[in-house]
Amino acid sequence: MDLGNLASLKLFHPEIVLAGTIILLTILDLVVANKRLMAYVGLAGCLVALGATAELYGTEPTLLFHRMVALDNFALFFKVLTLVALIAAIWMSIGSGEVKQVHLGEYYIVMLTCGFGMFFMASGSNLLMAYLGLELVSLTSYILTGMLPHNRRSAEAALKYLIYGGVASGTMIYGMSWVFGMAGSLDYAAINAAMAQGDGNQTGLFIAFVFILAGFGYKMAFAPFHMWSPDVYQGAPTPFTGFLSVASNAAGLAILIRFFYPAVSTLGQEGSWTFQAFSAVQWTDLLVALSIVTMTWGNLAALNQNNVKRLLAYSGIAHAGYIMMGLVVLNNDGLTAMLFYVVVYLIMNLGAFLVVMVVANATGREDMEAYRGLAQRGAAFPAVCMAVFLFSLTGLPPLAGFIGKLLIFAAIIEGQFYILAVVALINTVISLYYYVRIVRTMFLDDPTPEDGPVATTFSAVPLLGVLMVLTVVLGVYWGPLLDYSTGSLGFFMQ
Amino acid sequence: MTEHVLSYMVFIPLAGMLVVLCLPSDRHDLIRWVSAAATVPPLLLGIWLYANFDTTTTSMQFVERAAWIPAFNIEYYVGVDGLSVSMLLLTALLSFLCIFASWGIDKGVKGYFALFLLLDTGMTGVFVALDFVLFYVFWEVMLLPMYFLIGIWGGPRKEYAAIKFFLYTLLGSVLMLVAILALYFYSEPNTFDMTKLMDRSNLYGTEPLAMWPFNVWGWGFQHVVWMALFIGFAIKIPAFPFHTWLPDAHVEAPTAISVILAGILLKMGTYGILRINYPMLPEATADLAFWFLAALGAWNIVYGGLCAMAQTDMKKLVAYSSVSHMGYVMLGMAAFNTQGINGAVLQMFNHGCITAMLFLLVGVIYDRAHHREINGFGGLAGIMPVYAGFTALAFFASMGLPGLSGFVSEVLVLLGAWPKYHALTIVAALGIVITAGYMLWMMQRVYLGPPNEKYRDLPEINGREIFTLFPLGAIVVIVGVYPRVVLDLLQASLNNINQMVISHLS
Repeated sequence: MDLGNLASLKLFHPEIVLAGTIILLTILDLVVANKRLMAYVGLAGCLVALGATAELYGTEPTLLFHRMVALDNFALFFKVLTLVALIAAIWMSIGSGEVKQVHLGEYYIVMLTCGFGMFFMASGSNLLMAYLGLELVSLTSYILTGMLPHNRRSAEAALKYLIYGGVASGTMIYGMSWVFGMAGSLDYAAINAAMAQGDGNQTGLFIAFVFILAGFGYKMAFAPFHMWSPDVYQGAPTPFTGFLSVASNAAGLAILIRFFYPAVSTLGQEGSWTFQAFSAVQWTDLLVALSIVTMTWGNLAALNQNNVKRLLAYSGIAHAGYIMMGLVVLNNDGLTAMLFYVVVYLIMNLGAFLVVMVVANATGREDMEAYRGLAQRGAAFPAVCMAVFLFSLTGLPPLAGFIGKLLIFAAIIEGQFYILAVVALINTVISLYYYVRIVRTMFLDDPTPEDGPVATTFSAVPLLGVLMVLTVVLGVYWGPLLDYSTGSLGFFMQ
Repeated sequence: MTEHVLSYMVFIPLAGMLVVLCLPSDRHDLIRWVSAAATVPPLLLGIWLYANFDTTTTSMQFVERAAWIPAFNIEYYVGVDGLSVSMLLLTALLSFLCIFASWGIDKGVKGYFALFLLLDTGMTGVFVALDFVLFYVFWEVMLLPMYFLIGIWGGPRKEYAAIKFFLYTLLGSVLMLVAILALYFYSEPNTFDMTKLMDRSNLYGTEPLAMWPFNVWGWGFQHVVWMALFIGFAIKIPAFPFHTWLPDAHVEAPTAISVILAGILLKMGTYGILRINYPMLPEATADLAFWFLAALGAWNIVYGGLCAMAQTDMKKLVAYSSVSHMGYVMLGMAAFNTQGINGAVLQMFNHGCITAMLFLLVGVIYDRAHHREINGFGGLAGIMPVYAGFTALAFFASMGLPGLSGFVSEVLVLLGAWPKYHALTIVAALGIVITAGYMLWMMQRVYLGPPNEKYRDLPEINGREIFTLFPLGAIVVIVGVYPRVVLDLLQASLNNINQMVISHLS
């Protein structure tokens, strides 16, 4: 189906709810003195939007607004993910000491707008729409990163982010213009049809696609486009860092998959895709190299970090490399594994940042020493949760992170990329070292007298509990999530 | 009840862990007794299993299976044969005894016993799992508690030892994971069911791969998978050159954990080779057994023995003696005849009991004197006669004195290995002399001679310690006199495993 403007609105209520919440918050900000209320309104808006999104799941794939926006399970999957991340981030912000310093009204408005942009990154079925979504996310991210007042790191990070982001999106849109020139359209279906003829200039297409990949890769923090990530992670307010680390990654993945799979590849027998834009250069070789460089770089750089947020930034880069392995195999198994991994990554990474926030609230610090003997300083529960999240990030069974890795490894071994598999496994072993460094500091080191007690932020406890239980349960019984990921691979094709 | 006996054995300790976590952390004795109670049912069930085990059949017994993740054909599938039952008994017994050996732990009691019970579940699970994913999950579940048990309750260099253990074993297990996935995708239809994978052992390619260096060595798919699994298991055994984590981990770990490490974890390496490499990859086993099992085993025997001889720390000496004694297991199983393979598995069982005794005995003296320097004692036999008696029993068993269990298994291994590898058998027999050397030398320096005045008032071994040592000592004597109590259990299953490889021997 291909719907016009008015007909589309009927299938557009998650976005309408979210946009309505943003407008409502803008008005409330002017009249309400108690800014806590803003958080609750935002939370309520996200919950309603989540309900609306879930209700749409499984409807017949449709193109909305004259082929601008796709409504399919794939988009809905990422919308749900974005909303869950938003809800968790708002919940974290309520308890965060850092966020109290900022203008709360703007903070929540801009954060919801960022989520709103991610909706279009996931669902845009036209390069223009996808680009607009990506830009909306980028601009709001710059603002949120620099929001901490009188904080040089925050300001520096925002500026760095802006400059990198500007270059990356400029590169990307330049690549898109080449595609437009060769395909004659920005519509994904039209691009697909043009690519299928296979008479484009090979070199031109290669350059265009590498440029576009650079733009998307920048959002997901692929090496060598990852330079912004450690500074931004460290400088931004922790709840937003948590949100950015999972939602921005997921949205980047969504836009990347939608462009490189339904738009420029064709689905063949038994879920295998054929990349058809050019054949002169092996596309998979490029992806393999990028994935190896990304995960190795991230892991090696993380080894020596002393700031936990920065460490998690490098770990995020490494995970982007792991996730990317799912692209290499060019089949639906790989895609399912990536979707599964993103969900699991969301759960465990948000959890880790939540603990970072708890510690920062109590001590005002984010460095490794602040975690010394955490288990004995009255914060045994966050410490145990952190250990669970970190071991899950490493990929140890019986935790969810292991299943995510298992699926990705299964996909690449089935595709017989053995060297990639071995490199990734060695990376897993390397990553154990720095994750365990935090665990060791928390449990094995004894606190010194100047390390005061750590009071657990009250509101963080239920969320921590939920995330930890999910991490364990999904590690033992992951069938339902796998089915959900598989079911979310419905793209709108025409 | 009886159809779920294996599940009970695996999960009762886990339930115990959950109970322990709910107890108030200052009720130390309550926590200890609850933990002890959680290890009793597996032991009783293990004895029941031993009594009801059908020793005539080669098929898996007490099987339970249930769908777990249907999309990937992953099942909850457990069952035992003779090989697993012997290891299961050892696990249940040592876990039970080690709770009592840990009675003196008084820092973080709750955490210690909770982790210990989790470790127990992991170990038991490994020996019963027949689904590859289940096997891998249990295998890895052991790592986490082990890391904390060494890292929190260990000696001065605990952090280094713990992370070293963790990194080594994780490296081994990720290689194993690749091998598991490779086998999964090679089988048609794809399955993680270990018994099915064994049945299809002739399907895994042995044609040399076109890639360097495999084309030079003539290694096929099967050989590469064999190697990936082998490295994973060799790290656990530990076989040279992957053994360096062991002295560190053993020395730093608290007594009970050293016992578990040496008594059970090391056995998992050889168990894995017999359970997985032999039946699933028989052709590669036949091709690679000489270098990687027999020769490496003989080298382990001599190398471990010589290293042990040079030690001045009792625990380190016992640790290196483990390296040496596990070499007999590798040599025995590479013989591919009845004596060899039965001797190997009997040696796994015996070494589990003997080395557990040795570590417990070192623990006894360490608790009293707070050091383990071999040269720092002297004449303990006059001060602690009962203790010295148990020590003598354990030392002689370790040396292979006739009438004690170590003798039977070592003789069987040597008898089995002789027809196939003359030179290696001679080297291995030399190992016995080396063992006698370092054991007697330690005996002489610590227990004989004039008593050290500093330790004249050391209290004699107490009831709790005797309670942990006596069952092991009894087993050492019983198996030494009448080895059929264990051998009958093993015979049929091991013969079956052996037959799979023998047809591929050139």
